[in-house]
Amino acid sequence: MKRVQIRIEPRPLRYYGKGIPYLQDDEVKGRLIVIEGPDASGRSTQIGLITAKLEADGHAVLNTGLKRSELVSEGIMEAKREHMLGRRTMSLFYAADFADQLENKIIPALRAGYIVLADRYIYTLMARDAVRGASRRWSHQLFGFAIVPDLVFYLDVNPNELVHRVFQKNTFLDYYESGADLGLSDDMYESFIVYQRMIAREFRRMQRRYNLLIISGDRPVHETNADLQTKIDHFLGSIQSR
Amino acid sequence: MKRAEKKSEFSVPGKLIIVEGVDGSGKSTQITLLEKWLRYIGVPVFFTEWNSSEQVKEIISKGKKKNLLTPTTFSLLHATDFAARYERNVFPLLRAGYVVLADRYIYTAFARDVVRGCSPEWVRHVYSFAIKPDIAFYFRVPVETSFDRIVKGRPKLKYYEAGMDLNLSNDPFESYRIFQGRIVEQYESMAQEESFTVIDGTADIEEQQKQVRDKMMKLLPRRVVRTTPGEEEGATKL
Repeated sequence: MKRVQIRIEPRPLRYYGKGIPYLQDDEVKGRLIVIEGPDASGRSTQIGLITAKLEADGHAVLNTGLKRSELVSEGIMEAKREHMLGRRTMSLFYAADFADQLENKIIPALRAGYIVLADRYIYTLMARDAVRGASRRWSHQLFGFAIVPDLVFYLDVNPNELVHRVFQKNTFLDYYESGADLGLSDDMYESFIVYQRMIAREFRRMQRRYNLLIISGDRPVHETNADLQTKIDHFLGSIQSR
Repeated sequence: MKRAEKKSEFSVPGKLIIVEGVDGSGKSTQITLLEKWLRYIGVPVFFTEWNSSEQVKEIISKGKKKNLLTPTTFSLLHATDFAARYERNVFPLLRAGYVVLADRYIYTAFARDVVRGCSPEWVRHVYSFAIKPDIAFYFRVPVETSFDRIVKGRPKLKYYEAGMDLNLSNDPFESYRIFQGRIVEQYESMAQEESFTVIDGTADIEEQQKQVRDKMMKLLPRRVVRTTPGEEEGATKL
């Protein structure tokens, strides 16, 4: 009887900038796949489907996401609610939260050979900051400690479609996801559409530099999923030795 | 944020005076005396210290208790604290013409985070939004002196304070000594390029304060320095 064994070749960790000097020589067997996209773009549904498929194929999978770090999350939410912190402060706060996740969850999982599926990564943070006037150069350097993922997908959904999906989930539009802090419009609906367009434009701007794969999320769930899964399977196939 | 980066378009009439040095170097004593003097002669002053923003402090201490902070997270949390104070107080007050006194500034991060293993270039990028101080006093003391001042009479040291996260030694006191020594090395290596005004922290308190005030006086308009309190009405503009 012949059993097919999945073997993924180890690779060194690569960083966007100066990296994490005290970890630099690490080799990991795991792989990092990121799904980006606005709220209600279908990220979590897709992550659920991909996780099930990868696990069925025999991979160990870890799901992580922004704002899931136990260290910082509560503090962020509280400060945000109270509008007490400036924009630069918020950027650094999110970066600290991300660093905590990266070092305490993502990197250990990659070392242990997991496929890490990240529900958002640094790109959302950079896009939010950029549309609020932060220097892109500063943001890029700030995240110089971030690992370069193996695959990054961006679920692109037309804002006019997106707004309806939001209303299917909630009866209101989120303050920050509508960019209400930017004073774009007194009309929340209009503010949401304009803000989401700005974010989407920022993602397209980042596409080349960060190798983002833009996937249309306007389609039915299974179609989008088939598209994602094909690309993931192709990637995993290319790094396996049997 | 763009605005803060293009600060040349805006005038910053205030003066930023900062003190750096290891724990036990005497810097806090000196900046407190400087503050009292400036207030006495009627200069509008604001004092701020490292790791003191209400919103951020709590999170840092929570993380510290669990001993789960990695150097990068640790660094970014301190940067968050710094930015909170900078955006809320330091920069607006400098724009309004205050003398802002800071007990520790970006150089503390440059020293500590690098000793903890962060990339020196990265730490400098993170803090690149911060304005350069008008005077940066560096209190130079031999490690043994600061060690004695801090450690004497204390039964134990805190985990991060002693640099226990660096695995330098299992003995907290020995770890502290090595850790502080490395921080001193970092300070010394940036003293020149960052134009530190070096003060001998082993000299008498009064002698150190005299040097600090002499340097400060050069930044104040003459009328302020000559005037004794009560002679001039109202707060003095710089």
